[in-house]
Amino acid sequence: MLNLTSLTKQYGALAALSAVSFEVAPGERVALLGHNGAGKSTLMKIVLGLIPFDAGQVSVLGAAPGSAQARAGVAYLPENVAFHPALTGEEQIGLFLSLRGESPARARDLLGRVGLHDAARRRIGTYSKGMRQRVGLAQALIGRPRLLILDEPTSGLDPVSRRDFYALLDDLAAEGAAILLSSHALTEVEARTDRIVILSGGHLVARGTLSSLRAKADLPVTLQITPAPGQEARLAEALPEAVRVGGQLHLSSAQGQKLAALARVAGLGAMVADLDLIPPSLEDIYSHFSRRDGQ
Amino acid sequence: MSATLAPANLAPAILALAKAEFRIATRNRWLAIAAGLMVIFALILTAAGSGPSGSLGTDRLSVTVASLTSLSVYLVPLIALLLSFDAVAGEAERGTLPLILTYPIGRGPILAGKALAHLAILTLALIAGYGTAGVAAVLLDPTSGAGLGALLRLIWTSVALGATFLGLGYAISARAKRPSAAAGGAVGLWLLAVVLYDLALLAAVVADNGGAFTTQVFPLTLLANPADAFRLFNLAAAQAGAAASGVAAAAGAVPLWQSAASLLLWPALAGALALVSFRKVTP
Repeated sequence: MLNLTSLTKQYGALAALSAVSFEVAPGERVALLGHNGAGKSTLMKIVLGLIPFDAGQVSVLGAAPGSAQARAGVAYLPENVAFHPALTGEEQIGLFLSLRGESPARARDLLGRVGLHDAARRRIGTYSKGMRQRVGLAQALIGRPRLLILDEPTSGLDPVSRRDFYALLDDLAAEGAAILLSSHALTEVEARTDRIVILSGGHLVARGTLSSLRAKADLPVTLQITPAPGQEARLAEALPEAVRVGGQLHLSSAQGQKLAALARVAGLGAMVADLDLIPPSLEDIYSHFSRRDGQ
Repeated sequence: MSATLAPANLAPAILALAKAEFRIATRNRWLAIAAGLMVIFALILTAAGSGPSGSLGTDRLSVTVASLTSLSVYLVPLIALLLSFDAVAGEAERGTLPLILTYPIGRGPILAGKALAHLAILTLALIAGYGTAGVAAVLLDPTSGAGLGALLRLIWTSVALGATFLGLGYAISARAKRPSAAAGGAVGLWLLAVVLYDLALLAAVVADNGGAFTTQVFPLTLLANPADAFRLFNLAAAQAGAAASGVAAAAGAVPLWQSAASLLLWPALAGALALVSFRKVTP
């Protein structure tokens, strides 16, 4: 559906994208992660044919980006999507339907699918940011797109709307659509995407499933140890490398040393009141990759 | 960048764009403002034009048309530029441009949709204004029917003049980065085309004192400016030059077909310029 090979884009002396390669297969949901300025929006605009690129190859639905064939099968949801405030949601979606050669009468159905049925006849100028985002999502559903390019699609959505949104994506992917969505946080995309691509400073720094990234990052786990009453000082002596945090001791351990560390703490017997094992958070994993390239 | 809709779907798509654009313009009161302006000025000119009628043997409507021509040279380009300066720069600033450019419709049809809506608004405003003047003239002078041809001529030439400045407005809008810059450019073009151009020509003619410039170059410079071609054509066609400005003295020297050709070529030229400019826009 989407194939990028050594995609490179320069803005003057600044390299916006440096030899980025990855692909999105039919039915696959790929999350594109990176800080602001990492090159996510630039990459998406190149895929859509909105801006030219300098080197590499881009194939969209087997055609050139921005070509007739590509545009007919690609839907886009821009970051902070905007519409003319004087039009109603129904009029705006009706216009987009006409632009794809479909009947504008379907506008209400589409707005209903994103939970905007009741607001359809109100002007978009009166909508909240989350509602505008839903209008943006509604237009991206027009005409059974084969590839969806969604730039920060969940920004401005509350947690319930966000879950509804991912449910919609699941349906689209199940029907065979390829989905590329961007986000600046790994927690945002949760476990709702199949693969993750991380950009940093225009370089692709990691790609794979969440579990493979977790393994590759090999970040230490943290053992949170609560001392038994009055045993705090003795415990700290027994674990000199542990850090005191509040009334607890935090002990860091590499993934491979996890069991040995557990055995060591277990060996301290009555000194320990409780023990929690905290795996590296999604944010830790993301920071690990996105900082690696000198950010 | 090619258009990608099936031909059968292209016309409905352009119409849908025009409809949305028309709605936006009416909701922003552009239609009411444009029509109101035209009606007010038309009424004032009809009332003021009572002096020379009768004694010259000309009907009141023909006299009114001569006054309306002088007014329209200023007002029609102004309204057209007001309607068009925001067309591309405004969409770029609102952030609505990138999305529409990913749809399977070319930039030409997008411009065509906007132009259709703006032209409809302009035409409605013109018909409201000139129509009011026509009705008022007939009520005041029953022989005004003789001037009906001149009124219809004024309407179609005003639409052509408006189309030219709509196209130029789109071109400015596409080349400007922000709506404020586009507005500045539009005002500048208006001043240049309908005020300063004539002043400069007048100065040149005075300095030339009946030399080669006045006889050879001057008529061409009038034809090159759509506003002057509009004035030439209407005044020459009505042969009411005596009732209007000094520039009209040259009207007799220029054949009618030449000013008509200029009037009809300019919208095509301005449209092409708009399209070339819009195609260069990178959202």
